[in-house]
Amino acid sequence: MKELRLMKGNEALAEAAIRAGADAYFGYPITPQSEVIEYLMRENPADRTGMQVLQAESEIAAINMVYGAAGCGKRAMTSSSSPGISLKMEGLSYIAGAELPCVVVNVVRAGPGLGTIQPSQSDYFQAVKGGGHGDYKLIVLAPATVQESVDYVKLAFDLAFKYRNPVMILSDGIIGQMMEKVELFEQMPRSNKEYEWATLGKKPGKNSVIVTSLQLQSEEQEKVNLRLQAKYREVEKNEVRFETYGCEDAEYLFAAFGSCARITRKALDMARAKGIKVGIIRPQTLYPFPVDEISRLAGQVKGILTVEMNAGQMVEDVKLAVNGKTPVEFYGRFGGMIPTPDEILEALEQKIIGG
Amino acid sequence: MAESNIISPENLVYEKTSVMTDRVMHYCPGCGHGTAHRMLAEAIDELGIQGDIIGVAPVGCSVLAYYYFDVDMQEAAHGRAPAVATGIKRVLPDKYVFTYQGDGDLAAIGTAETIHACNRGENILIVFINNGIYGMTGGQMAPTTLPGMKSSTSPRGRDVSTMGNPLKITELVAELTGTYFVTRQSVHAPANARKAKRAMKKALEYQKLNKGTCFVEIVSNCPSGWKMTPAQSNKWMEENMFPFYPLGDIKVPEQ
Repeated sequence: MKELRLMKGNEALAEAAIRAGADAYFGYPITPQSEVIEYLMRENPADRTGMQVLQAESEIAAINMVYGAAGCGKRAMTSSSSPGISLKMEGLSYIAGAELPCVVVNVVRAGPGLGTIQPSQSDYFQAVKGGGHGDYKLIVLAPATVQESVDYVKLAFDLAFKYRNPVMILSDGIIGQMMEKVELFEQMPRSNKEYEWATLGKKPGKNSVIVTSLQLQSEEQEKVNLRLQAKYREVEKNEVRFETYGCEDAEYLFAAFGSCARITRKALDMARAKGIKVGIIRPQTLYPFPVDEISRLAGQVKGILTVEMNAGQMVEDVKLAVNGKTPVEFYGRFGGMIPTPDEILEALEQKIIGG
Repeated sequence: MAESNIISPENLVYEKTSVMTDRVMHYCPGCGHGTAHRMLAEAIDELGIQGDIIGVAPVGCSVLAYYYFDVDMQEAAHGRAPAVATGIKRVLPDKYVFTYQGDGDLAAIGTAETIHACNRGENILIVFINNGIYGMTGGQMAPTTLPGMKSSTSPRGRDVSTMGNPLKITELVAELTGTYFVTRQSVHAPANARKAKRAMKKALEYQKLNKGTCFVEIVSNCPSGWKMTPAQSNKWMEENMFPFYPLGDIKVPEQ
């Protein structure tokens, strides 16, 4: 039965993990996402589903616990915020290299360094370009609502196991901390599927299972990389998700993701009220990026304003997709500052329409 | 006597355990890893748990341990094996889990993971090979390198006033409430190797009790890193390593 609740983003996400049949969560407290592990500890999912929850000694340990559990074919998850996600990058590279499935949530706060605990989108590059060492990709989902935070947990596990690849949910301090009405999906049973790539104890007559990202021979390591790249091409072909609004008659276009897209939607309404025909594209997957749709829209509009809570990161991917077809400008606030709809509308009028 | 006469069932008193693969090891001549592997493999074999155990390999000389143990294994990032083992054990509590780690992996970069896995009392076996040097990267100073001992990053000998003191991490973990059985062994002579095997077998048996972490250090040699012949290295180990890292049980379960 579907269930309506008023929930904080981080707590809704934690509840979704239990309901998605997660086997294990390993985490470490950091603002603004500590509610995830607090909720899980309070809820004690071991009693509800058998899901294991452990507070690790560090973000590094937590992601490596995820590696171990994922290597057993279990649905494992961790969450953190920007500085903690940096610490997890080593583990994520290994998980991607060993082709293990897992879900990692980044409730982004502003950096660099310790930065501030206020919301930001400044980890876009880190999330979509891989983040750790080596040629690899995370599948990156960007929720704009508490509802999407919930729905994307389920989607993230599905994609992680479909492609045996880590999936990141790129939330932020706004979505993590705000309360909204949310419809929770029904409790899913934990899977007892035994994957042939999982270390569950050597089966008689079968080769032992080895989970590793190491290939000392360059020829072999190149094969691993080619396999990963082929997988990423499949991901790009199959998994692009985005939402558009007001694009049918649009002469101008906003591009924004996550919480910033909601603020930009308000600017869109204000612009429309003034007779400015502007639409918006909101990538829901940041990797794979909606290259084709942006390219198509670029042929229609007179200019695109990318709005982000950072110094201009997604705008680079927008420019690559547009490939010179139409002007692309950027407006952003950062360091924990949040742009207002007025500012965004003004930027559209000055940088795109008047530009 | 023809060869066929020698290799007959009644003459076979010792055979290779099926828990080891036939793969040729990459270890240097005289290195203790091969014997340590074999003792652990035999312990697993004797307990009949080949299908119920998952190992975690480190980064270091034994990074490829998964080629030699014929059990399911995961390769961890440098120092993270106890965290990986924790993740495995938490989702597969009925399986046996072990890590096999060197001194750089366990006592330098992985100190936090080691201490905290032991402090939580994770029901895993940690096998710690201590040869006082980074072997794989070519003989650099390890956290367990002895005072005055030469390495490529302490070419004039380890000066403890600037390079710090060797870390007796085994004594340290023995202090933690979470550890159940902590012992220091060696595999350089047959009697010692047999004792080391008994210790690892006991540690695996204890894992069923869910009483906490079992930690078996094996003081070993590194002929290549120490720049000695295998025989010299064993002698040097007895004369220098054993006085600093005395063999024997450090923490045994209360009877």
